[in-house]
Amino acid sequence: MGNFPILTAVTFLPLAGAVLIMLVRAMTGGQEGEEASGNKALVAGLIFSVATFLASLVMLASFDIGAPGYQLIEEVSWFANIQYKLGIDGLSLLLILLTTLLTPLSLVASFGSVKTRLTEYTIAFLVLETFMIGVFCALDLVIFYVFFEAGLIPMFIIIGVWGGAERIYASFKFFLYTLLGSLFMLAAVVFMYLQAGTSDITQLETFAFAPEVQTWLWLAFFASFAVKLPMWPVHTWLPDAHVQAPTAGSVILAGILLKMGGYGFLRFSLPMFPDASELFQPMMFALSVIAIVYASLVAFRQTDMKKLIAYSSVAHMGFVTLGIFSFTEVGVQGAIFQMISHGLISGALFLIVGVVYDRTHTREIAAYGGLVHKMPIYAAIFMLFAMANVGLPGTSGFVGEILTMTGAFQASTWAAAGAALGVIFSAVYMLSLYRRTVFGQMTNPALETISDVNIKELITLVPLIIGTILLGIAPNIIFHITRESSLRALQMITGG
Amino acid sequence: MLDFEAIIVATGAELLLATAGLVGVLLGAIFGDRFNGVSYKYGALALVLALVTVLLNWSGGTAFNGLVTTGPFVNFAKVVSFGAGALTLLMGENFMRRHETIRYEYPLLIIFASLGVGMILSASNLMTLYMGIETLGLSSYVLASFHRDSMRSAEAGLKYFVLGALASGLLLYGISLVYGFTGTTSYEGIAGAERSIGLLFGMVLMISGLAFKVSAAPMHVWTPDVYEGAPSPVVAFFATAPKMASMVMFANVMFTVFPGVFEDWQLIIAIIAVLSMLIGAFGALIQNNLKRLLGYSSIANMGYALIAVASGAEYGAAALLIFMTSYVIASVGLFGGVLSMRREGGMVENIDELAGLVRRRTGMAVALTILVISIAGFPLAVGFLGKLLIFEAGWNAGLMPLLIILVLSSVIAFGYYLRLILVMWVREPAEPFQPVDTIVTTAVYLSAIACVALFIFIGPLSDWAIAAASGFYS
Repeated sequence: MGNFPILTAVTFLPLAGAVLIMLVRAMTGGQEGEEASGNKALVAGLIFSVATFLASLVMLASFDIGAPGYQLIEEVSWFANIQYKLGIDGLSLLLILLTTLLTPLSLVASFGSVKTRLTEYTIAFLVLETFMIGVFCALDLVIFYVFFEAGLIPMFIIIGVWGGAERIYASFKFFLYTLLGSLFMLAAVVFMYLQAGTSDITQLETFAFAPEVQTWLWLAFFASFAVKLPMWPVHTWLPDAHVQAPTAGSVILAGILLKMGGYGFLRFSLPMFPDASELFQPMMFALSVIAIVYASLVAFRQTDMKKLIAYSSVAHMGFVTLGIFSFTEVGVQGAIFQMISHGLISGALFLIVGVVYDRTHTREIAAYGGLVHKMPIYAAIFMLFAMANVGLPGTSGFVGEILTMTGAFQASTWAAAGAALGVIFSAVYMLSLYRRTVFGQMTNPALETISDVNIKELITLVPLIIGTILLGIAPNIIFHITRESSLRALQMITGG
Repeated sequence: MLDFEAIIVATGAELLLATAGLVGVLLGAIFGDRFNGVSYKYGALALVLALVTVLLNWSGGTAFNGLVTTGPFVNFAKVVSFGAGALTLLMGENFMRRHETIRYEYPLLIIFASLGVGMILSASNLMTLYMGIETLGLSSYVLASFHRDSMRSAEAGLKYFVLGALASGLLLYGISLVYGFTGTTSYEGIAGAERSIGLLFGMVLMISGLAFKVSAAPMHVWTPDVYEGAPSPVVAFFATAPKMASMVMFANVMFTVFPGVFEDWQLIIAIIAVLSMLIGAFGALIQNNLKRLLGYSSIANMGYALIAVASGAEYGAAALLIFMTSYVIASVGLFGGVLSMRREGGMVENIDELAGLVRRRTGMAVALTILVISIAGFPLAVGFLGKLLIFEAGWNAGLMPLLIILVLSSVIAFGYYLRLILVMWVREPAEPFQPVDTIVTTAVYLSAIACVALFIFIGPLSDWAIAAASGFYS
């Protein structure tokens, strides 16, 4: 590809689309019927996000799998010693692909289900996509922070404008929780910049901070990533945000935004603060196991489908931290795999809830039952993803959970045992959800006329079905790409 | 012997403004009301020429036996202040026309206020400083009550005047103490004097007087009332040009007059900064009037800027310039937003009136959102970098408690900034506004674009500011 800045192109293509849509809207004055122009905007947004996906495939093609270090590096001086520096390794590559895949899918899912202010809706999603990709390919701390924070605004607007009844409360809670955590990280970023004289991530990875300094820096980053991931006990914004967000917003939130926390731990906490990471390992194990067990139990008691899946996300993110802080190759590989797999599965589960929500406008589990009689295809797809969420062998969910637990087992038997308990609980709540909604007698008369999944919904779900099964059968695709990243994240700990 | 070249170099802009102001008075006397319409362009032209004069004499010099000394640091502030003054003047023209108060006195008062702005920045003697402050102050009192028939405007002017006179008294008393104990009023002479209890007393009184000018707590009480009561174009001016100038003047006085007692005043400034940040953040939470809210927001922002002052010249000077510049740019745009809130039957100022703006005027709403993001110090706009540099300066100076308050108050402040965004984006649209003047729209768009552009291309601005601030420690 020569010197073509492919990463910048992938990152800013959605933003360019957003600006274009905005300009067109400003010129036409938005006078023609709102729905018609909104649908056009959505189509345009879809074209741009698909183009971004294709561009990210080009990026994949020019990526040398197996080579160590960062690739496709682009570097321009910004101000002082801060660079606009982008680059990717296997970990960022996969998360970018996940982002570029889920964004068009969530836009497709919005056809028909979002009815108001589609133009702004499309713009918000495209802007959000730019920031999400930016987070994953930033190689400068300040740039990373900028993208990390900037993503809050479009998500805030997505929840606040197109959300459910309690959307204002949820959006504020989401924003302020995340912001407070991030400001601690900002302080750490400034400190690191001043001490190391650079904010270049590649150089900071080899910069040895004094152990006591590491502790504070680690805690500052932890404050941000723990909220984002989210870990118990700072997870309470997530159920609110998920329940109130529109379907597509939930997909992006669960599929990608949560992954930024895990990505942050791998990219910063482990390589830059190895001593502190080892120091806090017991705490992280404890919090992870609490998250897994507690969130699973809470999920079981939920009456709202989305809330149930939100708590299940908290539990699954517990596996991610468990794997990362096992400091074993298998654990870290499993954590990365779990992130990708959870991105696909939770995205699909929120889409599945969205399917019936669009038809009946309720997420109450009690309002459903007997869907299998009217929606056989839906029931089959739901079954697949419910099983994947539980961790059925053959699906991607299994690989992630078994590997993170194997990794954790090498570090702490008790942590692995606690996590295994969580796996059992996850079967309890998922199967109970499935039974109560899909099986049984159809008691709600409103369901008599419900129709099965349509083409649009199939388009959004089929890629996720393929991904989930493919990764479940051939997980090596992922491991092959992420091996270098995992080893590099660990080298400071195991090597020194 | 007068050295004319030195005078031109050091005070060219002020001489130009003084001349323009006096010629304007003559023109007004000759042409009467026929001058009203042209006078706004005339005032803006004078300010732009003054700006160019400053740029031409960038490195500055000394004149009038050391009464006046300019350098890049203060010239930077002059450039921003004069630019903001010209822009806010033009933005207000149609507003004044609609309120039937389009009179040539207004641009002339702005010119005289800008003359004061130039003088306080150029001063290198407490006498010059006081004259500048009074020139700026007296013009401001009249400007605040420019809507003579409006009760609120008159009240704002009166409050401003009474409190301003008190502050001037404190300042003057402080100056007299400093003079009494050091035997000189020149910046350089005081800086060389020995530390004495009388000097410290004088300094504290001077700080109280100067804190009033930058509306830092606890001398802030006038700000919300004046912001609410004074005519909007006047507030747009108050919030930008004099704010920039006063803050840079404040820093300049502390850095050049009292460098020997840095430890003594650092604590005072730090306390003022903490109070301002907290009062600004909490005070704004309960406001429904947009102008009042911006008033409290300015108090909080002055608190942030004071952290740079408390960091000392070496660390804080450049950060202060960049932060204040970003603040001024965002303020110009936000007051453009205030000026565009016009319904049938007059201006509205309640935040709720912005409801659903994004559906009525998408471009305006997006621009205002960017400006709010910038003034809130959120990434993607230059305000973030300003705050980041302040943070860095405070960190270098070891002011950790201040930084903790900075972070907390920023989070609290997000509460009301987010509310603004939320009102514009989420709420059902209110009645549409009347068409907005082109100049106001342009100003809003330009400042929003500037906020983003300066964020991306901060390099040149920061190099410029660092070079301008380097005079203190090279």
